Formats: sequence, structure tokens, C-alpha cells
Amino acid sequence: MDNYKGVLVFGEIGDGKLTPITIELLGVGRKLADDLGEELSILLVGSKAGALAQEAIACGADNVYIAEDSLLDAYNSDAYTQTAANLCKKVLPSIMLFGHTDLGCDLSPRLNGRLGGGLSMECMTLSIDSATKALIATRPVFGGNAHATMMSKSARPQMATVRAKVFAPAERADGRQGKVIPVEDKLDASALKVKVVEKIKEQVEGVKLEDAEVVVSGGRGMGSAQEFTKLRELANVLGGAVGATRVACDEGWAAATLQVGQSGKVVSPKLYIAIGLSGAMAHIAGCLGSKYIVAINKDKEANIFNVAHFGIVGDWKEILPPLTAKFKELLSK
Amino acid sequence: MHCVCCIKQVPNTADVKIDPETNTLIRSGVESISNPFDLVALEAAIQLKEKHGGRVTVISMGPPQAESCLREAFALGADAIILLSDRAFAGADTLATSYTLAKAIEEIARKKPVDLIVCGKQAIDGDTAQTGPGIATRLGYTQFTYVTEVQDLDKAKKQIQVKRKVEGGIELIRGPLPALLTFELEAAKPRRATLPLLIASLRAKVTVWDAQAIKAEPTMIGLKGSPTWVKRIFGPPAREGGPRFDAQKDPKLAVTQGVDALLADEQFAAQFLKGWK
Repeated sequence: MDNYKGVLVFGEIGDGKLTPITIELLGVGRKLADDLGEELSILLVGSKAGALAQEAIACGADNVYIAEDSLLDAYNSDAYTQTAANLCKKVLPSIMLFGHTDLGCDLSPRLNGRLGGGLSMECMTLSIDSATKALIATRPVFGGNAHATMMSKSARPQMATVRAKVFAPAERADGRQGKVIPVEDKLDASALKVKVVEKIKEQVEGVKLEDAEVVVSGGRGMGSAQEFTKLRELANVLGGAVGATRVACDEGWAAATLQVGQSGKVVSPKLYIAIGLSGAMAHIAGCLGSKYIVAINKDKEANIFNVAHFGIVGDWKEILPPLTAKFKELLSK
Repeated sequence: MHCVCCIKQVPNTADVKIDPETNTLIRSGVESISNPFDLVALEAAIQLKEKHGGRVTVISMGPPQAESCLREAFALGADAIILLSDRAFAGADTLATSYTLAKAIEEIARKKPVDLIVCGKQAIDGDTAQTGPGIATRLGYTQFTYVTEVQDLDKAKKQIQVKRKVEGGIELIRGPLPALLTFELEAAKPRRATLPLLIASLRAKVTVWDAQAIKAEPTMIGLKGSPTWVKRIFGPPAREGGPRFDAQKDPKLAVTQGVDALLADEQFAAQFLKGWK
């Protein structure tokens, strides 16, 4: 295990830029590398990867590995696994970090199956054990009812996927120096089994749930699909997105893509307004990272009030109109 | 079509509590259930069987009491149920678990080739979502995660096409069998068992395999085969919640109080009023 050194980040590219989670991974990766006294590297793949090498260096990478291959332009389980596994076998990173994204969740366990080593998912804290130099990772388990601190024994690399918006983005510095290293291995196209037949973009009304700074969520207490649509007006006033509990989605009041929680999306907006939802642990697990949680519920004992920074106790039908009006007034100034 | 479905018995997480003194899981009184995601995978497998014919074999790794999940699977339409149970399997993390399940599936495939493995997207206790991909990569099966629908299964050409969730939309992807699929909750609604099957399930034969039966390397299973260990488990920091404003008498006043309290954080208020720019 002493041969394994440094931190390797698997970078994700979206719209020709490093995605926000990638910049967060470089931020926390830099800190871990510094604590180890070792280097931070990043792997970027796809035909446009080279253009982002300097940006990755500015964000803290010492080494940028570039796998420029059009076969890697869109995510493909086989192609990405092959590329990342080959690089890992050469670079021998002590720690490898992924975003806890669809890509990271599909790729990391596959890579882990090939390379061995430990893998911790959806980590919320990462640090280095000063005595053993091993990675210490904390992650939610049991639907957010508990947290577990995970460590790897001797096997390397130690892998982790990291939850979005938990770590601060890397501090950018344009003068930073780093190496850009092309990945020479060519992909074996015959080993790529899966083909994407079609990609259908999600039709999003307004802001995407995951990106929104404000989320207005409703649950069982909304009562009907028609009542549920009233959340949209408040969300629009706040420039935010609408979210929903599992029940609201199961009832068909909201699209399944809007579900917030353990089995849905994890969001960390600046403001989370929870309306007519009791605050089941599995739901709270999806919004606990919000800066402020405001709860509106007629049951003053509802669990959501225990995690809310502010609560309004009463019937949402009487609260939503003045609340929407109040925000409208404030934001029109 | 021979489909293998992997099921995990899990504590019903809604009930799990952590003892704040000892930081251990309070297990007493916690009901054990079949992982809900796995039941969706099983339902999908049974629907495929109904459409294309074939068999569904269900496996579970766990202590002897995990047998109840297998009987439930039988009652829902599984043809064969196998429990992987051995003291040597205990303490397995996801890597050791996927190795063990993969070895069992190899053993199953020796008798009757496997076309498809189905799993839930994740288990509700560990929430790792690692085991499915771990099995796929060990066995060299085509991997499809986050499946919401099996769109086409061409037995002659040995091809499968699925709809899967990806960030920002959905993807239709196609690949060769044998394949491993992990399912989202919305992929299927588990059926209820019929009375005759329910009765039959009580008498169904549960095959029990130990480490030797699946030819598992002793160093690859259980605690020994697990590269990770849980150093500590603890409850999330207790939160008491902030002030609550009563809207029952005067909703407008409560709204004003609530908004004022929120905007008392000046930095937050400034960003908020500027639309986060």
C-alpha cells in the first residue's frame, strides 16, 4: 500500500465546463493531498477535455490526465471503467474521489469491483487519519437516521463518492503550475457493449431542482394535485423549484423527478420551504443540507419543526397566500 | 429466460434509532423487511417471466432468519429460493457481498445459464448502491443502473433495451445479455401474493448454501474479504428546531414574523433580495 500515493479526482464535464461538483472535489482533494503531503491529480475524459486542463490546474490540480477520445464524450459504463481502471493501475492513487452523481454512482462501484480497495458512498466529511494516513469518511446510513465513519484497511485505492454542495468549491488561482499528461492507452472499442439509443431531456419548468437556491416542497397535507400546483406560484416568485415528498409523487400530484429524499434527490438550497409535509426521516435526509429550512404545518408536533430553523403553525391554505404576497412585495423593491 | 434476483433483508429504517450513549444501533423492536427496491426488481423479473417465459431464482445472503424474505419472494412468484448463509459471510462490506453473490450466481449458472440479474438500486439500510455494479463487473455482465423500464428483450438476438434515469433526463440504452439491471422504485409496483402461493411458500424448499457450496475463497468473504470497516456509527446531531409562529389566529402576522426572522441574517437577506447574484 506504500506504493499508492496522492489523490485522484474523476472530473465531470458539463456544457464544456468542469461541473460544480468537480470543482468541489478539487477543493476537498487539495486539502487531503496537502494533509498527506502528496499530489492532487484529476482525470478528464472526452474530446474536449484538453481545453479544461488549465482550469483544473487553476483549481488546484498538480497533474491533469487527459483522455481525449470521442468514445468518451458521453458516459458509457464500459468505456469509462476501462479508462479509469487503466489510469489507476498506472498512477496508483491512495485516494480516488468521485461526485455522488449518476455517473459517479454507476462508475465507482464498477471500478471498485475491478481494483478492490474500499468504497464509501455519499460522503459528507473526509479527513486524513494522522497516525495511519488513511482516509476517514463519514456518510449517512439508514436513510439519514445515522451516520457512519468508514475507514479502509490496507487495500488501496480508497474510493469515495462525495455529496454535492457539502464541500466548498476550490479556490481558483490563475498563476498555479501543473502538469498536463495525455493518457496514451487507446480504448478497445469492441469491449464497449452498451449503446445509447436515445437521450430524452427532462422538461423542466423553471429552475432545475438540484440547482435551485430556493426549493418549495409539498407533501400529503397539500391534499390534491390541484392544490399542489399552488406551490409553483411561490416557487416562481422566489426563482426557485418545486419539490415533493414520496407520498405526493406516489399520489401523482408531482412528477417522480421532483421527489426530494433518500430515494429521490438530495438538495442543498439556501432556502427550503416545507409545506404540508410531516418530515419523515427519509424526506429530511434529502433536504437537511439546506441553509435555512422553513416549515409550514398545522400539526405543531410534526417532526419537520424539529429540523426547521423557523416554523409557522397553521393551515397552509391560510398561510401560503400572505407568504407569497410578502415575498413578492420584498422582491419587487 | 433465466433471471436471478438478489434480495436483502433490512431493518425497516424508519424505525432505526441510535443509542446516544453507546452510539450503537438499537435493534430490538425493529422490524425486518425485504429491501423495497429489491421487491421492485423481483416484480420486474416476474413480469418478464410472464411475458417471455422462463424462471426466476431468488438469492439472499444473510443469517438464517433472512429465509422469511425468500419465502415472501416465493409467494410473489419466484421459482427457486436460495439462502447464502455461513458464519464466514458475516461482517461483509459491499465488496465482499458482491463477490459472494457473484460466486453464488456462477454456481446457479453452471446448472442453468443466467440471462439476467436484477437488483434494487440500493438497500435502504446502507444506501450504498454498490452491490449490483460490483456483481456485474465481477461476472462481466452488461450493466444497466437506475432502470425505470425494460423496453425490449430480444431473446433470439440476446439483446435488452432499457429506459434509465440520468441527470437531466432519461436515456434509452441497449446492450447484450447476460445483463445486470438495478431498478428505481417507480419501475414496477410489487404485487400482492395470492393465497395459494402464500400457502405454498410456507412449504417451499429453501436451498441453503455455505461458502464451500459456492466455492468462495475464504479470504474474499465476510470480514476478511472486506476492505472497509465502520469505525463508528452515530445519530445525526440533534436539532431542536427554531422558533415557531402561530398562524391560527392571525396568519398575516405569523408570516411577517417568520419572514422577519429569516431575513434577520443580514448576509442571507442581502443575497436573497438580490436574487442570489
